[in-house]
Amino acid sequence: MIAGWFAVYYRELLILQRRLSRQIASWAVAPLLYLIAFGYAMGGQVQIEGHSYLEFLIPGLVAMNSMTTAFAIASDINIARFYWHIFEEFQAAPISNIAYVTGEVLAGVTRALLSVGIILLLGRLFGVALSYNPLFWLATVLNSFVFASLAVGLAMVVKSHADQAMLSSFVITPMAFLGGTFFPVDRLPLWAQKALLLLPLTHASGAIRQASFGNTPNIFSYLLLAVMGSLFFCIAFYCVNIARD
Amino acid sequence: MIRVENLKKYYKSLPALKGVNLNVAKGELFAYLGPNGAGKTTTIRILTGLTRLSSGNAYLNGFHIDKASLQARNQSGLVPQAINLDQELTVWENLDIHGRLFHLPSRKRAASIHHLLEYVGLLDRKNSLVKHLSGGLKRRVMMARALVHSPAILFLDEPTVGLDANIRRRIWALIKQIQQDGTTIFLTTHYIEEAEFLADRVAFLDLGEIVAMDTPQNSMARLGTWALDEVQGGNIKTTYFNTREEAQRCPANQGDSFTVRRVNLEDAFLALTGKKIQ
Repeated sequence: MIAGWFAVYYRELLILQRRLSRQIASWAVAPLLYLIAFGYAMGGQVQIEGHSYLEFLIPGLVAMNSMTTAFAIASDINIARFYWHIFEEFQAAPISNIAYVTGEVLAGVTRALLSVGIILLLGRLFGVALSYNPLFWLATVLNSFVFASLAVGLAMVVKSHADQAMLSSFVITPMAFLGGTFFPVDRLPLWAQKALLLLPLTHASGAIRQASFGNTPNIFSYLLLAVMGSLFFCIAFYCVNIARD
Repeated sequence: MIRVENLKKYYKSLPALKGVNLNVAKGELFAYLGPNGAGKTTTIRILTGLTRLSSGNAYLNGFHIDKASLQARNQSGLVPQAINLDQELTVWENLDIHGRLFHLPSRKRAASIHHLLEYVGLLDRKNSLVKHLSGGLKRRVMMARALVHSPAILFLDEPTVGLDANIRRRIWALIKQIQQDGTTIFLTTHYIEEAEFLADRVAFLDLGEIVAMDTPQNSMARLGTWALDEVQGGNIKTTYFNTREEAQRCPANQGDSFTVRRVNLEDAFLALTGKKIQ
């Protein structure tokens, strides 16, 4: 049923390989600026939950970057679809929609994990060493899976590059700042905390942070991310069908 | 090899195809001729699985394009109108990904790609990035890519659009060679001379309907062999004759200026629809 997924994934890997040096630089820029501005300059004296602000910030950046990088696969699909018409090559091939979605989602997850690796390296340079245990990586992978699946689905529905940029502005940017990346959500009013619990990134950043502090994360966050990821994956599968018209 | 029955396609309420029927035999080179917007690309998109049909049936090598879509897609190769190669990848990588998408095992894939790059004269460019190739070379890469999985049917959607006359003729020679090697070819074009030179049979499509279907020779012979174009007060009036002498002797050629030429498929289309193709 998913025969052919590797061809889709392999193509994305080849393209990533061609752009790798540029891509690494672009993945490093934003986290580096956040670390300098918020972590080093402003947060030097701040302690949160018994940790320095830099230690608090790194897991938040991991959650945020895995989200934005996984979601960025949408822009590449968009360009392949509307500008280079490469999507037609997949549509005309004897591969199922689920194979296509699997290949693209895995590509999004792969990129997200590479960008997380860059953040962890930057963290080391800033003298931050946390516990990057299996629970840390599981939460990161699930978070990437959620947003890569969402990206593939939305990329099939949007009608232009402009729509795609608008989606990022309205969905991803607010989530990046409000999803527990830069500050603890429990400092907000109760109603805001409840509202933010609806966002997958709030659960991802919470789970990633707790795991990296060596604490036991909330299992509910993992379940929620897995369910949301699976739901978005199914929606993406359905949306590839729509794109055929 | 290709069977289409009462094929209809609507974009919302706008009809793009109004009930197309056609059969293309194995090894035939079938040209689908019509002006822009006639429904040529829509037909190809439906037959290759890029667009869903609204109603009717279509079969590729016996496989229904909707009910057995994966098997049907396996029968065909597509060279679309727009260049849709991965510009950042090499020629070889583009063909390799295509072979993987069509589930070719690695050894067979490599042999097929090697053979096809030799076939289209691009073996020495196999490691070139596609973005560094000219438009004509990109077209040849697209032809090779469409043939990697040895399809029974090759769909060519305006394969020479935007190319200069010299390169166009090289592409024609390649298309003829592919047909001679046993592939059924379905070609859309709005270049008259392309259809005349290549096609075994031609269908004229206008406003989503096939208005005539025959060999190019028969399509043209209905009008005569020679045409007399006269410019009369800014309009061109065309009259048809069986011999060149008749055309030249015609008393009507008293207009501002006139030209005697061979009848072409444009004349046949014009006679049927009152419109020009190009």
